[in-house]
Amino acid sequence: MQHGEVHITSYRAHGVILVLLLFLTAITITITWVDAGSFSVGVAMLVACVKATLVLFYFMHLKFDALVFKVFAGMVFFLLAVVFVVTFFDYLFR
Amino acid sequence: MEHTANHEHRDDKGSKMGMWIFIFTELLLFGGLFLVYAVSRAKFFEDFHIAAHQLNVFVGAVNTIVLLVSSMTIAMSITAIQKNQKRVALMLLGITLTLAFVFMVNKYFEWGGKIHHQLYPGSDIVLTLKHGQVLFFGLYFFMTGLHAFHIIVGMALIGYVFFQIKNDKIKPDNFQLLENAGLYWHLVDLIWIFLFPLLYLIT
Repeated sequence: MQHGEVHITSYRAHGVILVLLLFLTAITITITWVDAGSFSVGVAMLVACVKATLVLFYFMHLKFDALVFKVFAGMVFFLLAVVFVVTFFDYLFR
Repeated sequence: MEHTANHEHRDDKGSKMGMWIFIFTELLLFGGLFLVYAVSRAKFFEDFHIAAHQLNVFVGAVNTIVLLVSSMTIAMSITAIQKNQKRVALMLLGITLTLAFVFMVNKYFEWGGKIHHQLYPGSDIVLTLKHGQVLFFGLYFFMTGLHAFHIIVGMALIGYVFFQIKNDKIKPDNFQLLENAGLYWHLVDLIWIFLFPLLYLIT
């Protein structure tokens, strides 16, 4: 990869990702506007995760990077998820 | 890579790896804050509900759009430099910097409004509020403040990269520094993607 052809993301592809991100933002704002319950909290967080994935994979170029970057990034988010789960287990069932 | 007389020692992949490792530490830093926020919100649900209503969704939404667009423009500047379009790359970085400045101006008025209404940690009014609301405003100022600090650092970095391109230090075959600055800027965007719904939308 490093010595081979370098991947160039087209302007158009970046534009498409931006439109998707703005669309997802609009969804989050609308759904929390309509309903303020725990359902919309879940949806808002899910949409935020999708947006983060788009930024990581396309804007941050992770999709076209070497496997080691993907594995590292995956491990960090996995670690964060584990810390959240363990903390809430402790908090809820103490 | 050919060994020529003027071969320069550089390791683009290593440089990128260094940047990513730094980004991981940043993610863990903000991750810890998000954890404090999540537990506090679960514990003081009603207080957070009341306090979050003080935030202006419109300003937050505008800043979200500003950051998303700026994230795209800096990503596009890498495309431009790869295609040897120096002027386009400089223009895109200029737009990114302008948008970063717009974000900070918005933040200034937003914080200014809060401070004007005596809603800052330790103010006479906040001290009369319930514990959970005090916690909310503490977290709001700390998290958005730390994020805004990253915006300022990002602006300095983008400014530096701008002149490196202008002086032909960053070229179509040597643009890792621009990519690293881009990664940093996307990180700032990434954090805001979670901050915006958590602080402004979920009430």
